[in-house]
Amino acid sequence: MGDWKTITVPVLSSDGKNIFQYTSEKKLSSSSMSSQVLHSPLPLSKSTHSVFSAFCTEENIEQSISYLNRELTALGFPSIYTESKGKELNLISIINCMNELLVLQHKNLRAQEEVQMQHLKLGSDMDHLQNCYAKLKEQLELSKREIIGLQERDRQLQSKNRNLHQLLKNEKDEVQKLQNIISSRATQYNHDMKRKEREYNKLKERLHQLVMNKKDKKIAMEVLNYVGRADGKRGAWRTDKTEARNEEEMYKVLLSDYEQCQKQLLVENAELKKVLQQMKKEIISLLPSQKQKPKERSEDGPVLSDLEEDTGELNKENMWELSCETVREQLTNSIRKQWRMLKNHVEKLDNQVSRVRSGALNEKDVISREDHEMETEKLELEIQQCKEIIRTQQQLLQQQLMSPCDDDTTLLLQDCYLLEERERLQEEWRLFREQKKNFEKERRSFTEAAIRLGLERKAFEEDRGIWLKQQFLSMSTDYKHSENVTTPSAFSGSKYLVESSDQDNQLMTSTSQQRKSHCVLSHPVSAEPCQTPQYTTCN
Amino acid sequence: MDFSEPFRLSALLGKFSPDGRCLASCMQYRLVVRDASTLQILQMYTCLDQIQYIEWSSDSLFILCAMYKRGIVQVWSLEQPDWHCKIDEGSVGLVASCWSPDGRHILNTTEFHLRITVWSLCTKSVSYIKYPKACQQGIAFTKDGRYMAVAERRDCKDFVSIFVCSDWQLLRHFDTETQDLFGIEWAPNGCVLAVWDTCLEYKILLYSLDGRLLSSYRAYEWSLGIKSVAWSPSSQFLAIGSYDEKVRILNHVTWKKITEFEHPATVVNSKTVVYKEVEKSSPFETERLSFPPARALASSLFSTQSKYDIAQVPVSLHHIKPVADRANPKLGIGMMAFSSDNCFLATRNDNIPNAVWIWDVQKLKLFVVLEQLSAIQCFQWDPRQPRLALCTGNSKVYLWSPAGCVSVQIPVEGDFHIVSLSWHSSGDSMALLSKDNCCVCYLDREEV
Repeated sequence: MGDWKTITVPVLSSDGKNIFQYTSEKKLSSSSMSSQVLHSPLPLSKSTHSVFSAFCTEENIEQSISYLNRELTALGFPSIYTESKGKELNLISIINCMNELLVLQHKNLRAQEEVQMQHLKLGSDMDHLQNCYAKLKEQLELSKREIIGLQERDRQLQSKNRNLHQLLKNEKDEVQKLQNIISSRATQYNHDMKRKEREYNKLKERLHQLVMNKKDKKIAMEVLNYVGRADGKRGAWRTDKTEARNEEEMYKVLLSDYEQCQKQLLVENAELKKVLQQMKKEIISLLPSQKQKPKERSEDGPVLSDLEEDTGELNKENMWELSCETVREQLTNSIRKQWRMLKNHVEKLDNQVSRVRSGALNEKDVISREDHEMETEKLELEIQQCKEIIRTQQQLLQQQLMSPCDDDTTLLLQDCYLLEERERLQEEWRLFREQKKNFEKERRSFTEAAIRLGLERKAFEEDRGIWLKQQFLSMSTDYKHSENVTTPSAFSGSKYLVESSDQDNQLMTSTSQQRKSHCVLSHPVSAEPCQTPQYTTCN
Repeated sequence: MDFSEPFRLSALLGKFSPDGRCLASCMQYRLVVRDASTLQILQMYTCLDQIQYIEWSSDSLFILCAMYKRGIVQVWSLEQPDWHCKIDEGSVGLVASCWSPDGRHILNTTEFHLRITVWSLCTKSVSYIKYPKACQQGIAFTKDGRYMAVAERRDCKDFVSIFVCSDWQLLRHFDTETQDLFGIEWAPNGCVLAVWDTCLEYKILLYSLDGRLLSSYRAYEWSLGIKSVAWSPSSQFLAIGSYDEKVRILNHVTWKKITEFEHPATVVNSKTVVYKEVEKSSPFETERLSFPPARALASSLFSTQSKYDIAQVPVSLHHIKPVADRANPKLGIGMMAFSSDNCFLATRNDNIPNAVWIWDVQKLKLFVVLEQLSAIQCFQWDPRQPRLALCTGNSKVYLWSPAGCVSVQIPVEGDFHIVSLSWHSSGDSMALLSKDNCCVCYLDREEV
């Protein structure tokens, strides 16, 4: 806290004086002390030694001794008189008293020193504190000023903000007003336009009347001879029948357009489904077998079983090309699941790769490069060896061909070659026969499929005819109120149409019409029935 | 590429016949029919007045010539040159005339759009259609020629009537929710009719053949709306060009917008190729000059050659600021055309008049921008392949195809400012029309 300075203790004598001075000052008396104080009857003066002579003189020795004795006894010291008489001084007790007084004096001085020290310390502490206080007060002033400044700025900004808001509101109001003006002007213009148009129509009518009334002979067509119609037919009267026919034509046109549109959409749908299924298969194949990791198993447990189910269903779907609502959703959901799994897998791989990459980079690079070099050397050696072998073989072959050999050996050799060739040929024959059998089988299955297709098509045509008739009947009764002629839902069962068109493209045109027998499907029938098969098989 | 000698024609009336065998051109009041490949004059007919409009019938056997001032339409036969037919509208006046799709009826629109008269060349019957609408595209025929849609206006409301062309029976009559119908157009498949409103309202309505409203589309309100409309040849897309310099494409399944094409003045997409036409000085050696200068040299002396340079993206195109206080400002997409194979769409933004924007329809992205030195007058796609021909009012014709683009100078003397062009139906030749002349250009098969 404060810094303690060594205070030189003043000389004993002056200390005594100081103490007297202090004590007298405390009592608000000036330097010229009066003897009001009990303890200092001595008149205070600047000189130190005169103190001793002022108290006792030759005249008042007895008085002063008795006074001293009184004082000492009052302070608790033994008397300085001897016990027997009151006038003889006890030297020992006087010396003891003096000693005691000196000790007391020392003690007092020490106490005074201490008190002075403390006083100084306290003074310096107080100074320090005052300084701190002054500084803090300054800081407080500064921060107060800052605060005031910031508040002022804040106020200004807020007022600016308010102004801007106000401006914005004004602008918006103006925009709204302008829009209102625009709309009101628009309505006004429309109204005026309509009025003018009506007038104009009246004029036109009038003009038309005048023109027609004039019976202008000039409004005519003169032609050399009438030309035949473009299509060569004769003109016909306009009757109700023709009207009905025209309506029918119109609806036919519309219908065919819708059918075409729908066909295209179905084809697109089928293609997309195929692509999705392919994708699904590929995704499944890409994913590693998850059976080892028990952790993931818990997540994918239900998915795995779904997986198996899905694959089973897939195969069946391939056969039926079903487009039921539930099956469709299942396909997309299963693909989403697989895709998510694949994504997670790829992310894990990425993490692994990054982890591997971050640790022990350099060594791996170095090792791999060394490995690579060793491998290349090995390969080069191998290549060299192979080349040598080839060269030696060539030489040997040449020797063989060039060297004259006996007929026997040549014949033998030829026989060997022939045998080899014969064996090879037999091998090939066998393969060829096997392939032929396979082709036959496939051909048979294709022809059966073609027959099935034809029959299915017939059934479909019949149904279509019925449906068209129904549609026309319903249409003709309330064609004015028909809204939103959507493609009829009966066509959701037109999966066969898609399938047959696909197969048509793939089939070779070898259909044997004589085989009208069973069109039982040669592939396994699905155990799971789809929800809405509209058509029964041709059985 | 071969060019024929130019021959005179007036009023930009030069048309190939639909079967591609003949080319009809007008010179004041004379109609000249030439062979399309040799340009030999096959027939010549004389009309009563200055011809303002000609049209071939669909079977290429007849040509109608309309003279609006006198209110007369004359029809000529190619098979029998002696055959004549004159339709006189008299005091009713004539404003427009066209063939019906069967080539045997003529539809005349009288002055003030009082009525449309259907004259028959086969019978003596005459039909009238009352209250036709006075707008730009008021009559539309389906591509197969079976139905005709006519825009009408009664009591300040718009209607559309659909007629069967074979016997002119009224099939459907319905009102449209437009303020002021501006145009109608059939889709190429003949099943959907697009009806759009005046440019004060952005609204396009799609009606089915039997009169049901299929959908209505409205992109924004208050600002100027639709400027041009084009169907794609497969009827899959409907392109709407508007005054906000954008083209919006609707699809035929949901009739909702699938994309919009912007035409900013700066092209920033790095995948588009920008061809800029630059002039190049024709290199000829001065020693070869002879006096008097040969004819070929004389024409090339005064005509500047030009070629295409590929400009690095981003490219800033030359644009003009349209005058703010005039009606029908030169702003927005005024010209649009789909290529015949449905792969490309060519558009022109009227306030960037020197550039043609070619969009790839399969990817729905900007493919190529062609910037010319002067404003584009006309462009047309080849009817057989994806090849675009355009002209800018000078004596060059420009061709673009996905393989590249080329600028060809027409070797004619004097000025020949091409204002319009029209392809032959086989895509092998092209008629280039200027104000007074016409030149036919024959293209080789291997060309761009």
